[in-house]
Amino acid sequence: MLELHTVTAGYDRNAPVFRGVSLSVAPGEAVGLLGPSGCGKSTLARVAALLHRPDAGTLHLDGTPVRRWRHRAPRDQRTAFGVVFQQPRLSADPRLALADLIAEPLRATGRRDEAAGRIAELSATVGLTADLLARRPHEVSDGQLQRACLARALVLRPRWLVCDEMTAMLDASTTAALVRVVEEYRAATGAGLLAVGHDRVLLDRWCGRTVDWATLTASGTDPSTRNEQSPTG
Amino acid sequence: MTERAPVLSVRGLSVRFLMPGGRRVAAVTDAHFDVAAGECLALIGESGCGKSVLASALLGLLPGNAQTAGRALLGELDLLAADERTLARTVRGRLIGLVPQSPAAHLTPVRTVRAQLEETVAELTAPRGGRKALRAAAEAAAERAAFPVDHLDHHPHELSGGLAQRAATALALVGDAPLLLADEPTTGLDRDLVDHTVDELRRHVDNTEGAGARPDTGRALLLITHDLAAAERIADRVALMYAGRIVELADATAFFGAPGPRHPYGRGLLDALPDRAFAPIPGLPPELGALPDGCAFAARCDRTTDACAAMPPLGGQVACHHPHAVLTKAADRA
Repeated sequence: MLELHTVTAGYDRNAPVFRGVSLSVAPGEAVGLLGPSGCGKSTLARVAALLHRPDAGTLHLDGTPVRRWRHRAPRDQRTAFGVVFQQPRLSADPRLALADLIAEPLRATGRRDEAAGRIAELSATVGLTADLLARRPHEVSDGQLQRACLARALVLRPRWLVCDEMTAMLDASTTAALVRVVEEYRAATGAGLLAVGHDRVLLDRWCGRTVDWATLTASGTDPSTRNEQSPTG
Repeated sequence: MTERAPVLSVRGLSVRFLMPGGRRVAAVTDAHFDVAAGECLALIGESGCGKSVLASALLGLLPGNAQTAGRALLGELDLLAADERTLARTVRGRLIGLVPQSPAAHLTPVRTVRAQLEETVAELTAPRGGRKALRAAAEAAAERAAFPVDHLDHHPHELSGGLAQRAATALALVGDAPLLLADEPTTGLDRDLVDHTVDELRRHVDNTEGAGARPDTGRALLLITHDLAAAERIADRVALMYAGRIVELADATAFFGAPGPRHPYGRGLLDALPDRAFAPIPGLPPELGALPDGCAFAARCDRTTDACAAMPPLGGQVACHHPHAVLTKAADRA
């Protein structure tokens, strides 16, 4: 169970992006979080994925309270999450070939020897050819790079997936292909999903339950603090 | 709609990139299409299919290793043969208004919207009457794109995505160019904002405002997008692009409506939409540097036969050996 309870978070303690938001995702459940640009849904996704420390509130991961975020989080909690961001260009190291990009989490956790096998497996899953795996990000399209970013998110076999506007930059066919990869992974592993987006049609089709951002924040956010730039990377 | 003289007439436009090691990348191959005044043509296709390269070619903004062939006539002027001086002084902003992909990145971050609008107005229209007239003209330009005048003194980072988009549109409209070129104007915007943005573009095409409004001589709009819903909302006609080639030219109502696309690729794209089958087209688009000799879509197509080893011409309106049937002869002529 992934449980956020009365979370307040933002980038300035005096003007949080949102206050008192609660949301939970059961194992194996797919929850779509729907809201307009700049409402704070990406910030919530970052809190849920242990990438942003909230100002107040609690986060429980499978019953254990989370006390540390980002690099301070214990490895078993950090690696329980796979995250895919909106803009693949901003979330990929431009110096790494796609194969190295996908293997990076394995290297970072001392499991380098698994890399070859996992890359072969995942590149077939997400539809990347050997030729593409040898290229660096500037040599591939947005869609191809996002396929690699999704493979990177799956490489440690996370129990939770957080997809923050994963398909906003992509065309219809690539969108459908990546959603299918996520759903096949979830069917095989029972992972839970938090999918953040602004496309109701897509989230309703993709997720078992779609939550409207407006219903999470009873008090509402202050429109003057709205941030239209989606945090990435 | 097509009997009017086209604003833009593209004939056999090809773009090749010369890469190190003598490799050639065929980004655009033999594109033919017209855009008439008061008409919106949507150029759709997957990312990386050559749409934006085509737009850059029209504006003369291709990198140095690009070679072009064919013609792109804007009135009497061939955009592909024009020199940089002509492009800079008469084309960009004056004959073609560009609505950019990412308005926040297109605007200068360290200057206010007013400063940028005034500079553009001064450069493109040179109003008489000094500072005061310039200020009034810039405010009029902002109003034309529904940009709120009380936000003119803001810097781009203080604007929401929707307002930044309107600021960029206001800049594109200043020169009163006959052709508006919108290159992925809605990427990353949420659905309400997408609808709003494309509706405003459509309004500028229909040209119903102002004293000099002539309903049949509005602007022409070339909308480049991978957002099929946005294209369906405002386009009159659709040009479907795959692997650098235009594979289908169709009436938008027919393409998105009952007869549907005739090219199997168009069918596949529409079937990938979440409110339709939500099924991806199998495989990946081919590399533009290593295109097959025959139909580039054959490897992903369920109608492939031996005939597909030869390149299908864009005969009539669809470049396919096994297109889906049209319902009537009238639709075939459309």
